[in-house]
Amino acid sequence: MLKLIKLDQGGPAWVEDSYFDVPDEEPTPGQGDVLLSFARFVEEGEALAAAGRKVGVRLNADEPVEALAPHLDRVAMVALVFPKFRDGRQYSQATLLRMRYGYAGELRAVGDVLLEQGRFMARCGFDAFAPADGTGPEDWAGALARYRHVYQTAADRREPNFALRLQAAEGA
Amino acid sequence: MYRYDALDAEMLADRTAEFRTQVRRRVAGEITEEQFKPLRLMNGLYLQLHAYMLRIAIPYGALNSAKLHRLAHVSRTWDRGYGHFTTRTNLQLHWIKLKDAPDILASLAEVGLHSIQTSGNCIRNVTADPYAGAAADEVDDPRVWSEAIRQWSTFHPEFSFLPRKFKIAVGAAPDDRTAARIYDIGLKLRRGRGEEGLGFEVMVGGGLGRTPYLGPTIREFLPTRHLLSYLAAILRVYNRYGRRDNIWKARIKILVASLGAEEFARQVEAEWKAMVETGEAAGIDVPEAEVARIRQAFGEVPFEDRPAASAAFEAARAGDPAFARFVRHNVLPHKVPGYAIVTVSLKAPGEVPGDCSSDQMDALADLAARYSFDEIRVHYEQNMVLPHVALDDVPAVYAELQRIGLSTPNVGLASDIIACPGLDYCTLANARAIPIAQDIAKRFADPAVAEDVGELRIKISGCINACGHHHVGHIGILGVDKKGEEFYQLTLGGSGLEDARLGEILGPALPAPRVAEAVDALVDTYMRERAEGERFVDTYRRIGLAPFKAAVYAEAH
Repeated sequence: MLKLIKLDQGGPAWVEDSYFDVPDEEPTPGQGDVLLSFARFVEEGEALAAAGRKVGVRLNADEPVEALAPHLDRVAMVALVFPKFRDGRQYSQATLLRMRYGYAGELRAVGDVLLEQGRFMARCGFDAFAPADGTGPEDWAGALARYRHVYQTAADRREPNFALRLQAAEGA
Repeated sequence: MYRYDALDAEMLADRTAEFRTQVRRRVAGEITEEQFKPLRLMNGLYLQLHAYMLRIAIPYGALNSAKLHRLAHVSRTWDRGYGHFTTRTNLQLHWIKLKDAPDILASLAEVGLHSIQTSGNCIRNVTADPYAGAAADEVDDPRVWSEAIRQWSTFHPEFSFLPRKFKIAVGAAPDDRTAARIYDIGLKLRRGRGEEGLGFEVMVGGGLGRTPYLGPTIREFLPTRHLLSYLAAILRVYNRYGRRDNIWKARIKILVASLGAEEFARQVEAEWKAMVETGEAAGIDVPEAEVARIRQAFGEVPFEDRPAASAAFEAARAGDPAFARFVRHNVLPHKVPGYAIVTVSLKAPGEVPGDCSSDQMDALADLAARYSFDEIRVHYEQNMVLPHVALDDVPAVYAELQRIGLSTPNVGLASDIIACPGLDYCTLANARAIPIAQDIAKRFADPAVAEDVGELRIKISGCINACGHHHVGHIGILGVDKKGEEFYQLTLGGSGLEDARLGEILGPALPAPRVAEAVDALVDTYMRERAEGERFVDTYRRIGLAPFKAAVYAEAH
C-alpha cells in the first residue's frame, strides 16, 4: 500500500491509501477504489463510476489536462506523475486543474516527489503526496511552513504580499 | 533604491533559514548531491573548477552604498578581496567555501541582498536599463516594472522547474540599453497611441548559445496593467511545451523558432485569454495601488535646481585633456539640467573585465553616497554607473576614480571588452577568455589610439554558451577546443542593441597568440576603408566581410 501524506487532516499526516493503482497490463479488480491510467479511464471509467466505484486518474506529464477536463465530474482523485523532480510540467497541470477547471477533489503528487519541492506543489494545488525520499509528515509540516509570506497568487489562494499591503493600507 | 518593507525582509530571512537547513541536510548526508544541486543552484551556488562560486543577484543592476559596502565586506571576508560583475549584472564570488555560504547569505540579507534565482531552471534575476531614472529618453522608470516582476517571479510555484533558465530584460527607451532581443523575454516600455497609456512591446525567444536567435516581437503593445498575467501565459506555454529531452534544445528560443513566432504568439494569446476569462489573470496582475507603492518605495531623487552648464566642469574640461577625454567617453547627458550620468569602466587595460576589488567597491560606494544620491548601477557591459552626478562634481568624481584605478576613458571603445570568466574558472569553458581580452586591451591601452578607432564592441566567450555575448559583438570571439588546444573563432558585425543582428563568421578559428593581431588587422582594415563618421560596424556593413577576411588570413601566409 502506498504511503501517502495528506494535507486535509489539519496538517500533513499519513493516511491509508484506499486506491489500488492498476498497472495497464493488469485487469481492473472487481471491487474497491481504483487508480487508472488516462487511457484505461477513458475505456472503463464511466462504467466503474456508474457502479458506485471511486475512480482516480493517473496522468503523465505529457498527457494534457485538457483531455481529462470534460470527465472531471466522474473523477474522485487525480494523481499527477512527476517523472523526475526536475520536470516541472505538472505544476502547470495542477494549476490548470484547480484554477481553470475548478477541480476540487484530491490532487495527488506521485513519482519523483521530494520534500524540497513540497511547498511549490502545495501552492499549485496538490493536497496529497507520495514522497519518494523517505520523508514523513513532520518534515513536510516544516517544509510547508518555511515561508511566512508569498509574492504571487496561486492555486492555494494564499494572500500574496501585494494584497496584504493593500489591506494594511486600507486599514490604516 | 527600492526600500524593502517588512514582508520583503521576512521573505529573505525565511530564505536564509531554509538554505541553512538545506546545507545542513546535505552535509549530514540526508540528501544526495543530485538532490542538493537544484537547491543550491536556486541559491546561486555553483561548483566550479576550483571551488564553489556564489552568484549574488543585483536586481536590475541597482545598488546603494550600503549594499555595495556589504558586497565589499563579503568579498573581503569570505573570498579573496574581489568580485566579478557579470553581463547579467550579478556579482560572482569565485572562491567561497560551502560551509560559509549560509553566513554569507545571512550577511547579504541584512542589507536586502540575496542570491535567489541566480541559477537553476527558473526565472532569473531581472535586468533593466542601467540609466533608469536618469536617461532623458525613457518613457517611464523601468525599475518599477522590474521590481514588480522580481516579486512575482520570486519562488514562483509553477515556474521554478522550467525546461531551462529564463531571463527577462526591461527597457523603457527607444535606445535599447538592455540587449532585449537576446533575452528569453525582452520588454520595451512605450507610449501608446491616444488614450492607450503605457504598454510593453513583448519580444520572446531571443538567446545566444549554440543556436543564436534574435527574439521576435509577439505583441506590439501590452497595456502595463496586464504585464504579469501575460508573462505567466508565456511561461505556462513554455513550461508545458518547451523541450525537456535535450538540454541544448530546451530554451524558449527553440520552442519559438520551431513553432514560428506567429504560432507561438497565437498559443500565448489563447492561454492568456483563458486566464482572463476564468479570472486567473485578475488575481495575478498587481493592482495599480501596488505599482504606486513600488514607485514610491524607490523614492524621489531630490535633484537641485542647477544651471544647465557648469563653470567648474567646463574649466576642468578645458584645462585637462585627460579629463576631457574621460568626459567624451564616460559621461552622458542627464534628464535633469546640471547633472550627468558617469560610467565607471571596469576595463582598465591588463585587468580582468568586470573584476572589482573590495577596496574599489568601498570607494565606489562612498562616491555614490557623496555624489550620486546614494545610487550606483551595474551595467550589463560589466561596468558601473553613477547615475546622478552634478556636473560641478564630475571633476572630483574623476579625481577619486583616478586614485582607485577606475578612470579608464574607454566606454564603448575597443578596450571596453565583455568577457566571460572562461577556462580560468568555469567548468563549461573550452578556452580562456580573460587573457585574450587582456591581450587585445593592451593594444588599445593608449587612449588616443582607442579614441581614434572609436566605437568598437568586442565580446569574448570561452565556449558556445556565449556568456560573453560574442554573437552580438562588432567583433565576436568564441573559444573552441581543437584536439585539446585553445582556438578562437571570430565573427563580425553583430549587435545586441536596437540594430540587433548576429555576427557573421570570419573564417577558420585562430590559435590564441594570433587573436590580438587578427583584431589589429581588422581594425587596420576599418581605418583604411572607413568613410567620414562611420563606426567599425558601419564600415563592415557597407563593404562586407571580404576585405576583413583577406586582411586576417592573408597575413597568415
